[in-house]
Amino acid sequence: MYAFNYQRPDSVAAAGSALGGSDDGKFLAGGMTLLPTMKQRLASPSDLIDLSGIGDLVGIDDNGDGVVIRAMTTHAAVASSSLVQAKIPALAALAEGIGDPAVRNRGTIGGSVANNDPAADYPAACLGLGATIVTNQREISADDFFTGLFETALGEDELITAIRFPSATKAAYQKFDNPASRYAIVGVFVAQTAGGARVAVTGASQDGVFRAGEMEQALSGNWSSDAVANIAVPADGLNADIHASAAYRAHLVTTMAKRAVAAAG
Amino acid sequence: MSETGIGARVKRVEDQRFLTGQGNYTDDINRPNQTYAHILRSPHAHARIRSLDTAEAAASAGVVAVFTGKDIADSGVGGLPCGWQIHSKDGSPMAEPAHPMLVADKVRHVGDQVAMVIAETRDQARDAAEKIVVDYEALPSVTATDVAIKDGAPLVHDEVALNTCYDWELGDKAATEAGFANAAHVVKVDVVNNRIIPNAMEPRVALGDYDGSTGDYTLFTTSQNPHVIRLLMGAFVLQIPEHKLRVMAPDVGGGFGSKIFHYAEEALVTWAARKLGRPVKWTSDRSEAFMTDAHGRDHRTHAELAIDGDGKFLALRVSTLANMGAYLSTFATSIPTYLSATLLAGVYTTPAIYSEVRAVFTNTVPVDAVRGAGRPETTYMLERLVDQAAKQTGIDRAELRRRNFIQPEQMPYQTPVALQYDVGDYPAVFEAGLAAADYSGFAGRKAETESRGKLRGLGISTYIEACGIAPSAVAGALGARAGLYESAQVRVHPTGSVTLFTGSHSHGQGHETTFAQVVSEMLGVPFESVDVSHGDTAKVQFGMGTYGSRSLAVGGSAIYKACEKIIDKATKIAAHILEASEADIEFKDGNFTVAGTDKSMAFGEVALAAYVPHNFPHETLEPGLDENAFYDPLNFSFPSGCHICEVEVDPETGVVDVAKFTAVDDIGRVVNPMIVEGQVHGGVVHGIGQALLEGCKYDENGQLLTGSYMDYTMPRADDMPFITVEQKSVMGASNPLEVKGVGEVGAIGSPPAVINAVVDALGPLGVSDVAMPATPMTVWQAIQEAQAH
Repeated sequence: MYAFNYQRPDSVAAAGSALGGSDDGKFLAGGMTLLPTMKQRLASPSDLIDLSGIGDLVGIDDNGDGVVIRAMTTHAAVASSSLVQAKIPALAALAEGIGDPAVRNRGTIGGSVANNDPAADYPAACLGLGATIVTNQREISADDFFTGLFETALGEDELITAIRFPSATKAAYQKFDNPASRYAIVGVFVAQTAGGARVAVTGASQDGVFRAGEMEQALSGNWSSDAVANIAVPADGLNADIHASAAYRAHLVTTMAKRAVAAAG
Repeated sequence: MSETGIGARVKRVEDQRFLTGQGNYTDDINRPNQTYAHILRSPHAHARIRSLDTAEAAASAGVVAVFTGKDIADSGVGGLPCGWQIHSKDGSPMAEPAHPMLVADKVRHVGDQVAMVIAETRDQARDAAEKIVVDYEALPSVTATDVAIKDGAPLVHDEVALNTCYDWELGDKAATEAGFANAAHVVKVDVVNNRIIPNAMEPRVALGDYDGSTGDYTLFTTSQNPHVIRLLMGAFVLQIPEHKLRVMAPDVGGGFGSKIFHYAEEALVTWAARKLGRPVKWTSDRSEAFMTDAHGRDHRTHAELAIDGDGKFLALRVSTLANMGAYLSTFATSIPTYLSATLLAGVYTTPAIYSEVRAVFTNTVPVDAVRGAGRPETTYMLERLVDQAAKQTGIDRAELRRRNFIQPEQMPYQTPVALQYDVGDYPAVFEAGLAAADYSGFAGRKAETESRGKLRGLGISTYIEACGIAPSAVAGALGARAGLYESAQVRVHPTGSVTLFTGSHSHGQGHETTFAQVVSEMLGVPFESVDVSHGDTAKVQFGMGTYGSRSLAVGGSAIYKACEKIIDKATKIAAHILEASEADIEFKDGNFTVAGTDKSMAFGEVALAAYVPHNFPHETLEPGLDENAFYDPLNFSFPSGCHICEVEVDPETGVVDVAKFTAVDDIGRVVNPMIVEGQVHGGVVHGIGQALLEGCKYDENGQLLTGSYMDYTMPRADDMPFITVEQKSVMGASNPLEVKGVGEVGAIGSPPAVINAVVDALGPLGVSDVAMPATPMTVWQAIQEAQAH
């Protein structure tokens, strides 16, 4: 790790100013990706602006239609929230399956979504449920937010403050773990929402999380595993590594989608 | 049996300090005025060093010194030695290229050490290392043995043709060919024993110190055998005589073989401490551990078995390519030869066996012993071959094994591949294994699994291993450059408590508990009165260390001998004080009694008398009660066993779940059943890890793809089943404790049981082989390929 300046503002506004005032600063949420990267000397921000001192960024609220999860809420808090469990049980279950207990107690939803790791779980939930990403400047629909591998619609000094998840009639997430890292080789989030069926796939694509349109259409008319059983996503453009070839990933997308629909009931 | 003697389930006394953060590991040790070393490592698999500029690094903040390969070469110190010389078929000695502490000419694997920066802090050393400018001329590289032996393949060492270290053979070729000429069936397998990375919990650390006033060197290091390191580094690398070199390996957090070997960093920090007059510490980080700790396995084997019309094995011929990596690690050359091919008979009566092994240099991390070391490779090949033979001959796999077992009445049994098995009852162990695994109930479990849409398979493995390494005369005749005895010193203090000094090193095995049990049992002293001291060449007289499941069989036998000497001496003292003849003194339950009388002395009273010898006849009776023994084993010990695995396979995803695992092992006498169970659990987890999860992979440019836990799959608790562990002990092993060794059995017996189970499960889909590690993708692809045919 290289030396850096450490700042711990107590408000979103102060965090924004701190970032603006730094050479090459970075917001620090849970640090589950950023800190290991810095330890490997693969990242060297001039300043770390630690968001853990901003009380306003922690908590889960009921907004009638669904839940609003503030950005610095940990995965463990989401997993164990009786509100989330009641309103969107699939989301609580997804949070329970992220990483390991240490990661779940340090990692935050805002950090995960802002990082948009192509194998992370939360982006699938955001896209699958049609969530809204709330920042210190605006609101962005999940459909517009995830723009590519580790790329999002966030501006340079923009900070996620909360994520608004609408409830779904039915929803489930099925993840096929990378046996080593336990990230998703493929994760599929399916939801029957007010706006129709949604299917979001993480882990698979070279472009990051995406919606499987053909599956959504099939499920809109017939919410059943059989509806997606014969829909294959093309292997072209899917990730390939020592754990899963593109062809295997393509197969897993269909398999996980089928299982997610079955799990959603 | 007492509550703390041999056979008692005593809780490990060392665990309290390990579990409460009180352990004293090498990195916990700091010396006044200490400096920190960082090793600059090669990013290339193979490259010539055109030039190397250290000027900016040397001027960097906090830097004390920068050393390069040229400095090492100029100082006249040696390279790292190899401890076992192998001769090729034609009688020529193996190729033994230089293994320098820092390379000067070219790098040969990613992670090869190029320069050492020493600074006031670890970060300063690392910062400075980034300022070293190395001009590399990248060269084509080779990582796979079957490619490396081809004409025109890149040469890892320019002077070693076809990258071949040796081309060795064992066994009677003509008799083997004759067996094949008479065969009714010939069964063939091609197996790859996947390369694994040892991953001890504690990364390696070395701290060198030099006292200019006395000329004494001290090395603190994470080693399984500090005396061996003292010998290798002192005599062969740095030319420091033993009496001026103290090596300490304090608490060590796991080794699994990887901490047997003498590594460059140990010699570097010791050499630099003298040069600088300051202590130098190097601590490996996890990434360095992946690319510098010696890897294990990496054998490619073709094997053929000749079988007669009744299913009896007639002959076995085996051809293996063994990866040595870029340099010869300390015991690398012995693994595919004397620790592997000598076990090719397994537990079977195969009368003729011929094996050839070609050891090959590649642009990879050196390969050496990892838990099992050679025996897992042989067992895996053999048990895959036997299962394949059952399939091909149509004889039930259990029945085929029964027809070929060596019978207990054939003991001692001379195999056609050099070893003589002393005792064992393979049929009894096998039947005990089948019973413990409820073999006959498998059909019911399979039906239940299938009702859930999954496949279920059962795999059997029957294995033998040679432990208790080793009779020095045998090892020497086979090329070992060391003897393989062990030593113990039992020091009885005046009030009867005991300190045991042992040359066996404990790095997870629980010696502080089991060895104390042995002493407590033999001397009749309370378990709590025995301390076990190890890991310091200044305290312990000598030691060959811990590997090859030898600590109890060889180290324990030395303790046994030393305790016998204590009892002899104490008997003399008791006889003198009780005014009886020595022959009339009986020693039982810690008391010396004149036979047939009530005249008696407790062990503690004798100990006190030994140190308060007011009326000793000093011409015939020395004061003191402190005895030393060396034990050189008469034979190897031969644990054997039957491991049975049941797996459930999800045919849709290829995920393999180990549903049931049973290990029934003959390890001879059990000193501590709880520790034995723990060792079997650990070994089986290691073996299941190799079979299903762990696989080291390089890309086409020689870059290590599995260089972190993001990609290298270490087994986790939720990957593992509950493991049924039983012992079917056969007594009579060729050592006084009649123990056989348990540290490696799990890692040896389990991989073929797992893969045989996976293949059994997939049989209905037309799959006949699955490579290790049988990851979900590997299994899914095997299913796809079988179904495409």
